[in-house]
Amino acid sequence: MNRRIVLALAVGAALLASGCTGSGGATKGADAEAPDDPAKVSGTITVLTHRTDLVQDGTMKKYVAEFNKTYPKVKVEFDGITDYEGEVKIRMNTENYGDVLMIPAVIEKKDYPKFFASLGGREERSKKYRFTDYTAVDGKVYGQSPLGAVPGFIYNKKVWSRAGVTDWPTTPAEFLAGLKAIKAKTDAVPYYTNFKDGWPLSQWTGVKGSVSCDEQATTRWVEGNPWAEGGELRVADSLLYDIVHEGLSEKDPTTTNWEASKPKLAKGEIATMWLGSWAVIQMRGAAKQAGADPDDIGFMPFPAQKDGTFCAVTSPDYQQAVNIHSDHKEAARAWIDWFTDKSGYAEDNLALSPLKDGPLPDVLKPYEEAGVKFLDLDDSKGAELKTLENQSEVGINTPDYRKELVDMARGARKGDPDDYLDGLGEKWTETQKSLGY
Amino acid sequence: MASTTETASVKTAAGPGAAAPAPRRARLWRGATPWLFLLAPLTLLIVFTYAPIANMVAYSFTDWDGVSPELRYTGAENYTELFTRPDLFEVFWVSGYYLVASVVQIVAALYFATILSFNVRFRNFFKGVLFFPYLINGVAIGFVFLYFFQDGGTLDSVLGLFGVETDRAWLGTPESANTSLAAVSVWRYLGLNFVLFLGAIQSIPGELYEAAELDGANRWHQFRHIIAPGIKPVLSLTVILSISGSLSVFEIPYIMTGGATGTETFVIQTVKLAFQFNKTGLASAAAIVLLLIVLAVTWVQRRLVPDSADDKRMDLA
Repeated sequence: MNRRIVLALAVGAALLASGCTGSGGATKGADAEAPDDPAKVSGTITVLTHRTDLVQDGTMKKYVAEFNKTYPKVKVEFDGITDYEGEVKIRMNTENYGDVLMIPAVIEKKDYPKFFASLGGREERSKKYRFTDYTAVDGKVYGQSPLGAVPGFIYNKKVWSRAGVTDWPTTPAEFLAGLKAIKAKTDAVPYYTNFKDGWPLSQWTGVKGSVSCDEQATTRWVEGNPWAEGGELRVADSLLYDIVHEGLSEKDPTTTNWEASKPKLAKGEIATMWLGSWAVIQMRGAAKQAGADPDDIGFMPFPAQKDGTFCAVTSPDYQQAVNIHSDHKEAARAWIDWFTDKSGYAEDNLALSPLKDGPLPDVLKPYEEAGVKFLDLDDSKGAELKTLENQSEVGINTPDYRKELVDMARGARKGDPDDYLDGLGEKWTETQKSLGY
Repeated sequence: MASTTETASVKTAAGPGAAAPAPRRARLWRGATPWLFLLAPLTLLIVFTYAPIANMVAYSFTDWDGVSPELRYTGAENYTELFTRPDLFEVFWVSGYYLVASVVQIVAALYFATILSFNVRFRNFFKGVLFFPYLINGVAIGFVFLYFFQDGGTLDSVLGLFGVETDRAWLGTPESANTSLAAVSVWRYLGLNFVLFLGAIQSIPGELYEAAELDGANRWHQFRHIIAPGIKPVLSLTVILSISGSLSVFEIPYIMTGGATGTETFVIQTVKLAFQFNKTGLASAAAIVLLLIVLAVTWVQRRLVPDSADDKRMDLA
């Protein structure tokens, strides 16, 4: 018996010792100043990135070589992380999370000043850069996205024109009619949900602002019910439901494969997918590999118009930030500035430039010609939206509820879509009340 | 598996107690020796099993989001929330599929273990075939079976060879998805059960069979009266592992369906709470509740089917 007591005590003591979950107080409010003289900045900085592909194929090295022409004494190293969100989240419990990193989605906006060094004032930066709102806390900006994208439907032009649709549909009903024509006249799968991987379904939330054409869409979502009649998510989710319900999507969504879907769209086996302009370059790459014509890949806005014009919302990619614990904040800042302004990263990715006066990428030229209005959303309520999403467990940026909706649409789950969407709205507004928004 | 390690270590510690009287120093050394040997496993056990659990218990009383440097003690709020939301426990119905599957699994493993413990041609080859799936990484298994169940995939083409209706979405409806996933889990864990049984059966002295045969017992009699009682402790361990395993299924459904189409299990739900909605506090509480449920089920089971001799000796020690 004695031995057992000793053992129990030892275990207990060890537990107590480790039981405390203390986190050291972080320094707060440091700034990463832009260096005055590029030739004098020195130091080795580590950049954490989710673009493992660019690290492996040497593209990043080419950027660094360019960068070193201006900043010869700064050495840049990359840490490409496949499970970026999961891994960086854990590393951020320590002080060792690189010098430059992309801000993981899990970090709450109000905590930015505890983790990142400021890049400057909001007023001043917003004159030159897009997306500054997204990382602004108390008038200071903590991150800068190196590229932006516009959500929309990626489609195969040949398939759509073979079905007799050449103009972009302007209402969800027209869009459905287009998909039906594709089903009737071609062998292509009219719409591909990419259900198994899930994240393509959460892209539908990118519709925010496209239907209402309102720069205050985020605020309206926080204060109102996006699933109310005519609300943006109501329109988008109903369209998704109808697509699946009418049998216009792939037959077995549960075993879809993202990588395999790219060449299929390029070859015209799939007609349409809702993603974002960022995916165009990948689709074109897949087209080249599959021996199809990259020019067949088209991009169209959400089928909704306000006063006769389409609206396309610009949205940032991951925001680059400087670790507040970095020993080489100037060098880190130099990298972010150079990467944003001079690297040509956005053009290389056919993406929207982070500079307000930057050129439109080729992909979006048809938008310009069609008079599509580009909207930069006001993201001052972005933090509240995130809290609301998490607290209500609705998860507008996670695929789960749309997976249930798709299951319902194809009869694998009982339920009425209207009741279901009303239920989501109820959960949403109840949480709103409890949070006091 | 932690529980088995622990039992093993307790047993070893109780071993060399009855030693002949020796000089003080030598006795001291002899007393300390088992502890020296235990140092490494105990350290590992405490650092990687008990300390994280203690941390988790601490988190379950907070509203921590998993990364913020600030966390607030909220008392039993998380537990209150858990128990006032019945929707969180609905997912346990899914475990029913895996429970049924583990019955199939145990019976099959027992059957194969019994057959292969006698002299059969290609005996070792079949042992390898049965055990092999257990050696494969669970993630790889998930991916492989995703292709297997694809419509027009491997399963459909194999069925096609026999002229059976093909081309169906095996993961398409909740019933067929859960059944398919449970089947994968049987395929994977059969080998482990099989090896445990095989080991137990082979520890039964061969003379017993010879004697039984002389008495005119057939194979079934031998199984019924020699093998089954002989491997009872292992059998009961396997049942416990299967039940707790069924309650905490995770990787196969998580990789293959992500919990969609009615295949969400309690652990997947907990992971989603923690990593999708950043409610680490609530998720820790859910994990603790699952732990308590598993402990309770095990306890009930030990009460209903007590282990014979081996168990009593442990109680006396």
